[in-house]
Amino acid sequence: MSRGAAIRGGLLVVLLALAIVFPLVFTNPAVTNYGVFAMIFVTAASAWNIFSGNSGYISLGNAVFYGSGAYALGLMAKGWDVQGAQVFDLLPLVGVIGAGIALIFGLIALHVRRHTFIVVTIAVFFIFQLMAANFSFTEGTSGLNSPFLTWQPVPYNQNFYFIALGFAVATIAVAALVRRSRFGLQLRAIRDDEDRARGLGVKTMRVKMSALVITGSITAMIGGVWFYYINQVQPQTGFDPLWDLQIVLMAFLGGYGSVSGPVLGALIIEPGTLWLNTQPQFSGGYLSEILLGVIFLLVVLVLPRGIIPTGGEWIKRLRTHGRPAVAAAVAPEKVGAAVLAAGRTTPLQPPAKDGGQ
Amino acid sequence: MTALLRTEGIKKAYGGVRALTGATISVDEGTIAGLIGPNGSGKTTLFNVITGYQRADEGQVLFGDRVITSLAPDKVFAAGIGRTFQLTRIFPRLTVLENMLVAAQHSRRQRHTVRRRAMELLEFVGIGGHADLVAGSLSYGQRKLLELAYVLIADPQVILLDEPAGGVNPTLINHIADRIRELNSQGKTFLIVEHNMEFVMGLCSSVSVLESGSCVVSGPPEMIRTDKRVLDAYLGADFEDDETGPPGPADSPADPAAGEDPSDVVS
Repeated sequence: MSRGAAIRGGLLVVLLALAIVFPLVFTNPAVTNYGVFAMIFVTAASAWNIFSGNSGYISLGNAVFYGSGAYALGLMAKGWDVQGAQVFDLLPLVGVIGAGIALIFGLIALHVRRHTFIVVTIAVFFIFQLMAANFSFTEGTSGLNSPFLTWQPVPYNQNFYFIALGFAVATIAVAALVRRSRFGLQLRAIRDDEDRARGLGVKTMRVKMSALVITGSITAMIGGVWFYYINQVQPQTGFDPLWDLQIVLMAFLGGYGSVSGPVLGALIIEPGTLWLNTQPQFSGGYLSEILLGVIFLLVVLVLPRGIIPTGGEWIKRLRTHGRPAVAAAVAPEKVGAAVLAAGRTTPLQPPAKDGGQ
Repeated sequence: MTALLRTEGIKKAYGGVRALTGATISVDEGTIAGLIGPNGSGKTTLFNVITGYQRADEGQVLFGDRVITSLAPDKVFAAGIGRTFQLTRIFPRLTVLENMLVAAQHSRRQRHTVRRRAMELLEFVGIGGHADLVAGSLSYGQRKLLELAYVLIADPQVILLDEPAGGVNPTLINHIADRIRELNSQGKTFLIVEHNMEFVMGLCSSVSVLESGSCVVSGPPEMIRTDKRVLDAYLGADFEDDETGPPGPADSPADPAAGEDPSDVVS
């Protein structure tokens, strides 16, 4: 137990150190650009997972928060004439705006469940895209430009990398805290059987709403960072349906519901997509879109639970030489049945036996 | 004895189907009460109305002297009424221990105290060895025990059990009956819906019979066994003069197929 925790803690320190050293070693802005986008997506996918991964309410509308964060930062900087690095001081305010939008989003969408919820999130998403394209204060289809930063290319990317890394680490920490808390347990109980959880005293609406507000707030802030990094936002980039699908795919590929899953998924998919999109021979990003579709199908068919949970089971099975870990807890004559059970889809199947030991 | 839980004239209709047509039952404090009746007589609907899962069209639910009609499920649970479901409802992707902790949310005690209590209750129902397993991997009978245990952790005054003996083997049925008796001796009040007559008659001190959505008779088990209205409810009025008819509910305690609805046995 303590040894495992020590190994895991040590691994985390090493990973964090590598993440910090990365832009200092590879200073080329074309390389650090990968890092900035990877960290932005690690943050967004982890934030998605806090609400959707734990509660089972699959949101295909998180770009609502992302785009709103971008627009909010741009409008505030323009309206109040904030310049340079001071723009970053507006990010907490962007977080508050994201939380407010999540509250409205939740009041609309959280009254329905499952497939209906997904459809409602898509509908809300398109409403926001339409609003951004049609309101005059959002400058219609031409979008907003950010204030100008006088940083040189190398420190420009490095600074944005560290800001995005800070958000990523903070979001992962929040996700881990949620996962371990009673709040997280209530969310996962809602995922399994919402009515039953309610019947056991869980205030389901409040719990779901709180999680959505956390997710919305974080996503809006990282949307603001993204906007300031690329200096512009248009309705179709801030509110991009493909962005929503990418976030969900990252979480599902890595391991939906786990803390590390969305991080891993984002680190695999985002650099891959970015690399394909910047290769001249695959002009326009068509290949990456096709590949995203292929990955989506593979995940659904082969890895429905994602890399982290499935990989964990494989490792456990290797360690126990093919026997499921529960085999030790049952009577010897039952081990055969347990092994048979392990050959099926779920290896954690104890022999069917009423009444306990 | 005072009535701890009472329903008065509960009516509930689904479109044209009248599931409850004025159900009035009463559960005395510290007793084990049974609720029986043919399939479709409204037993589970009455449970749902009491626990807030469905709203009553008319009538009142009283808990002590408090009116709890159509309160939300979480409020009913907080008031002190716990329940289990006919088809058990556990949280399959949480571990057994985590299942216990969902219902412990109201407790302001320290975390480790709650955990210890959860383990005690798991030991009490007999699945303590499975605490770290994913609950979805438990057998049906073990799920029933888990559901009973996690309702207990919130320490409700009254526990409503919807077919605790349905679909589990005879050994486990005895085990469950023993647990209920022990909890009752500690002061817990029970209301039990069950088709297994042997289980109901052996456990309950009073039994209410629902038919077509209202309570036709209630009283001690000995009285229910021989009551004409109960025989009518289960067998249909045609059997009233049929002396050589098939065994009615009064005989069913000895019937090995007692888990089934007696009216099915007849046909």
